[in-house]
Amino acid sequence: MVGAEHFLLLSAVLFALGAAGVVIRRNVIVMFMSIELMLNAANLAFVAFAQRLGNIDGQTMVFFVMTVAAAEAAVGLAVFLALFRTRETLNVDEIGLLKG
Amino acid sequence: MSEIAFYLLAGATVAAASGVLFLRNPVHCALSLVMALFLIAVGYIALDAHLVAALQIIVYAGAVMVLFLFVIMLLNLQPDPAEAAHPLLKLGAAGAAIAFAAIVWTVVRDWSAAAPPPATLAADFGTTVVVSRNLFTEHMVAFELTSLLLLVSVVGAVVLARRDRD
Repeated sequence: MVGAEHFLLLSAVLFALGAAGVVIRRNVIVMFMSIELMLNAANLAFVAFAQRLGNIDGQTMVFFVMTVAAAEAAVGLAVFLALFRTRETLNVDEIGLLKG
Repeated sequence: MSEIAFYLLAGATVAAASGVLFLRNPVHCALSLVMALFLIAVGYIALDAHLVAALQIIVYAGAVMVLFLFVIMLLNLQPDPAEAAHPLLKLGAAGAAIAFAAIVWTVVRDWSAAAPPPATLAADFGTTVVVSRNLFTEHMVAFELTSLLLLVSVVGAVVLARRDRD
């Protein structure tokens, strides 16, 4: 029988993949997608705990995470548009303006 | 959900998520992520979260990922052959990912042994009525604040993406 524990482990693997993606990819948009993957892994953990503990709050929390993800995507992609317009690149290694 | 169905689902989800990491073309990455989001929605259905599953497909796969694809196509991003992290960085990322998954596995195993037995769920658990009632009563303030968050982010996105700023 598959329980919430299985889904928690799947969520951990997805989060680890997302975190690794942020580290190894150099394209900011792909890094952003990896962050979305991590947020989704957290959502999956919320839903798994909600089902296991019989508490609907976990599912409600997913709405807030989705809202934050949507807001983040809107602002982040606008930043990348402005960045690409001035620097002509989306490679993080070439964007070092704030580096001390 | 049977064991076989879960492992098929988990394997497909991990494969789709790996596509985000390892595909060169950003459009392929985005489509791979859409696939992963759909498969996660299937997981939500297996966990009695029907409304969340529907919203996952409508909001994430439908709206957020379309925004990603629009921006990728607007910038006309090409697969960058030079894009490669330092090999040491790759090794570190793989090690950290495996370590994280192993730690969570240990924690979940211990928690599972000590936690109360799975709750018997009401027949309407996860339906629109139940989730909405929880959202609009217990989490009313937070819900209203998200509207402010969305307003600020929309205004911020418009200001940032505007071409002339004089």
